[in-house]
Amino acid sequence: MAREIYQAIVDGILVGGVYALMAVGLTLIFGVLDIINIAQGIMVILGAYLSYELAARLHIDLFLGLLVTVPAMFVIGVVIQWAFIRPLRGRERTSMTLLVSYAVALIIEGILYEAFGADDRQLTASYVTSSVHVFGFYLSYIYLYGFALALALIAALYILLYRTKFGRSVRATMQDETAARLVGININRVAAVTYGIGVAVTAAGGMVFGATNAFDPNSGYDLISRLLAIVILGGLGSIGGALAASIFMLTLESLVDIWQPTWAIVVFYAALVLVLLIRPTGFLGRKAVRAQ
Amino acid sequence: MSEDYVEGPKGLERLRGLGGVQLAFVIALLAVAVAFPVLFPSPVATNYGVYALIFVAVASAWNVFSGFSGYISLGHAVFFGSGAYTLGIAARDWHVTGVGVFALLPLAAVAGALIAVPFGLVALRVRRHTFIVITIAVFFIFQLMAYNFSFTGGSTGLDAPFLPWAAQTYNNPFYYIALACAAGTIALAWLIRRSRFGLQLRAIRDDEDRARGLGVHAMRVKLTAFVLSGAITGLVGAVWFFYLTQVQPPSGFDPLFDLSVVLMAFLGGLGTVSGPVLGALIIEPGQLYLTANTNGYVSEILLGSLFLVAVLLVPRGIIPTGGEYIRRLTTRGRAAIPAAVPAAPPQPSDPAHVPEARG
Repeated sequence: MAREIYQAIVDGILVGGVYALMAVGLTLIFGVLDIINIAQGIMVILGAYLSYELAARLHIDLFLGLLVTVPAMFVIGVVIQWAFIRPLRGRERTSMTLLVSYAVALIIEGILYEAFGADDRQLTASYVTSSVHVFGFYLSYIYLYGFALALALIAALYILLYRTKFGRSVRATMQDETAARLVGININRVAAVTYGIGVAVTAAGGMVFGATNAFDPNSGYDLISRLLAIVILGGLGSIGGALAASIFMLTLESLVDIWQPTWAIVVFYAALVLVLLIRPTGFLGRKAVRAQ
Repeated sequence: MSEDYVEGPKGLERLRGLGGVQLAFVIALLAVAVAFPVLFPSPVATNYGVYALIFVAVASAWNVFSGFSGYISLGHAVFFGSGAYTLGIAARDWHVTGVGVFALLPLAAVAGALIAVPFGLVALRVRRHTFIVITIAVFFIFQLMAYNFSFTGGSTGLDAPFLPWAAQTYNNPFYYIALACAAGTIALAWLIRRSRFGLQLRAIRDDEDRARGLGVHAMRVKLTAFVLSGAITGLVGAVWFFYLTQVQPPSGFDPLFDLSVVLMAFLGGLGTVSGPVLGALIIEPGQLYLTANTNGYVSEILLGSLFLVAVLLVPRGIIPTGGEYIRRLTTRGRAAIPAAVPAAPPQPSDPAHVPEARG
């Protein structure tokens, strides 16, 4: 029994890393642009399909393929932000962006169905199916690599946000958009690039997700609801919080899964509701803004 | 009751607020709606009618809470599905058959209201994004419960009692039930919008802290609207269940349902009375037509594109933007008085006008 629990905790931490990879983009977009990007779930799936195409047609390694898919997703993100999100103004902006991103998700989902059909896919590679035996635990290589990739990308994001001039303008925009504009920051450029980065990171998350789960164009819905729960729990706009919340949630799910497989996912959402009752801003969230 | 709050007219006097032309228009619309199954008796046409009216009712009910208060709920399928499941379980366990099942309908509204109370007490403590996400989380909890409990029938779901009606006119009773639900909800939305309660809701939407400071019991007001909205949605969900004769977890608790309803309200005009009605009448038949005539994926792409175009062209919804356009025509380019919503009678919309609104 104890063995199973340890294994569940290790699994939860590793899978949590994969989810963190998908959630950081969402929380970044949240924090800077103040929008819920419902399309993030389908972006993960789009990233997975891009990796699948590269691997199946051109026989490019999954991790090498990221050098193509990540920039491609960056461009897609910048275009979406420029075309559909930037024009939105006014009081209902928050809700409108939510619906616009939903519409974008619907369109991408429809295109994926048209292009790939409704069959389940999964990414394959030598390291997807093999695992390593360490300290009595069986650890799948893909989860180890995915976890390492997550840590590397999150570290890179931290350096970008806290050690570069661009990062400073992003953080300034997060704190106070008007003031940032007044000191000469190009808000539109910051918003477009941030949205692009948020979507680009998702491509990496999508690759690891696609290698560890079977996916079809419909998988985006389940993903986005989990990702939203994670970023809210971690605190909106907090990258460290997203990582902590991913690991917490997935470990919890994996633990409950030992006894009650059918209810594991309910615990996931129930934990969110309970934590928010005690701490409405999440683990590492800033104080809520005043106006509704 | 404060002195400087101008109380609206009471009873039938309220109808005067509509104005002669508008009143005539509403009556004509109602007449067309009542005559629709007579003019187009084919089941194909009435099927469109039933679905459209079901969504008119749901979109209006959603709007009474979310449109007026500004709290966007993406969890109204919780009420819709719970209404359907409640009646499915009640009819099965109490062995109710035939037309008698319609007597159970109020039960669905009660179920919706009973679920809305704890749901609202939890979710309404937080604002904006967090509220939206909590409604999504509660939605998934309900969907999973429907999958996992045995009394809900698991993934096979539940069947409605068989109704011994002829196929040719089978849709007609449902049409009129749905019409009654839709008309009732619209009337309620109209009354709420004109009432002190509606004013408090919109004060919360504009600036909740300020409204609270001015004496609005924000939690009580929000919760009342949420429960009302949930009860109606539960009732309509039950009608939908009888009409479709079955419910499964993914159809009763459908994420697309939530988003379609929001889409309808936004397209027509959030927070207006006629906006969600118009939005539902455009989107629901359009969606039905596209799913019937394309392979389903194309309809998704088209629906998404239509919405993107609509957002870019009429960002505030058809009713407010259209009303502005008409006013510009009638005033011949002279400066018009900017009002928030042209369809409604003028009233104080500034939250500063609701002092001591303790009721």
